[in-house]
Amino acid sequence: MKSIFISAFGALIFFLCLAGPSFCGSSAFGNKIFDPGSLKPVDSVLKVKTGDKAPDFTLTSIDGKAVKLSSFTGKKNVMLTFIPAAWTPICSDQWPGYNIAENLFKHYDTILIGISVDSLSTLFAWTRDMGGLWFDVVSDFWPHGAVSNSFGVLRSNGTADRAIFLIDKKGIIQFIHVGDINIRPDLGMLVQEMKKLTF
Amino acid sequence: MKAPKEMRSIHNNQTVSTRIGLTALFFIFFTGSLLFCEHGFCEENAIKMDFLLPAPITEIHKQYLGLSSDKDFSLGQIKAQVVIIEIFSMYCPICQRGAEGVNALFRLIQSKPALKDKIKLMGIGVGNSIFEVDFFREKYSIEFPLFSDSNFLIHKKIGEVRTPHFFGLALQGNGDVKVFYSKTGEFSSPESFLQTILKESGIKEQP
Repeated sequence: MKSIFISAFGALIFFLCLAGPSFCGSSAFGNKIFDPGSLKPVDSVLKVKTGDKAPDFTLTSIDGKAVKLSSFTGKKNVMLTFIPAAWTPICSDQWPGYNIAENLFKHYDTILIGISVDSLSTLFAWTRDMGGLWFDVVSDFWPHGAVSNSFGVLRSNGTADRAIFLIDKKGIIQFIHVGDINIRPDLGMLVQEMKKLTF
Repeated sequence: MKAPKEMRSIHNNQTVSTRIGLTALFFIFFTGSLLFCEHGFCEENAIKMDFLLPAPITEIHKQYLGLSSDKDFSLGQIKAQVVIIEIFSMYCPICQRGAEGVNALFRLIQSKPALKDKIKLMGIGVGNSIFEVDFFREKYSIEFPLFSDSNFLIHKKIGEVRTPHFFGLALQGNGDVKVFYSKTGEFSSPESFLQTILKESGIKEQP
């Protein structure tokens, strides 16, 4: 009888796995999204504050070009969007949302840079599945999470917190949002902050 | 007394057969259940559309839904026989890609005198703030009413479906609402989707 229950339980687990994750998200990625469940909201300690000069970095984008933060000084405001990891529920919808807001960023003279600790190849495949993005996506894979760490958003498991940094044309950090990793930051909030820098 | 070796072997074979049989039965049962749910039958029966939405801001949308007051309203108060709800997110690539198709569905319904007062279309942006819903509306020039479910309260009530998801609701006239259609994913064409809605709701295209 015990073995019958074990068999039945095995069948139940097997089919529950086939049923796919039950997280809230778009159906755009089919069953490719890994659901880590609810995570500790914030697992890092900021190393910068508003008013500080943003730590400079040069990271390679999925297009193969070197993206240097200080190259935008005097030219554009820069918004950095750190996401925890590719192929996870919230992250997989966050950047596609920004993808339809290109005009908003342009209107506020701000360029957007997406940063992830994932490898370039992973980011390439993931963003391809999004249908491509208009903004640069750069890899902070090696030295692992060095840029995330310099801003103080590297989590203890090697992923990054869900964070936004808005840097003005002088290279000064004007806005920081390190929100609950399980929640996407509101686009309205980002627009309000960009507006403050522009007008 | 110990059974002869051959008898034990037969007994073991029977046990194994029983086990395999029962496992197969569980497989069939769960496969059937999942397919049943995959086509929306579970959701249709289980989901209760008993939530309130804020009154539309524009007079055009209030008139479209047949609402007279500025108070929160339930779906049963909408003046129609059928309400189609798209559960969407501004952040969802398929919702973005499908926005023009849903607009075309709206125009198709509105172009049919026999249907435009019977079938109403609306969208609920799950996890989207009012700003994000408005942004989506403007981005894709959406004419039908959209509502924000920023805290996922409605989303939890309707079974935490993935986006886009379409519900077809039959309004019973006494305020009750029955889900007759529930499916995740974009539709292939506005015409075929409308035909499905007509077929499943029993509404006739001719007056």
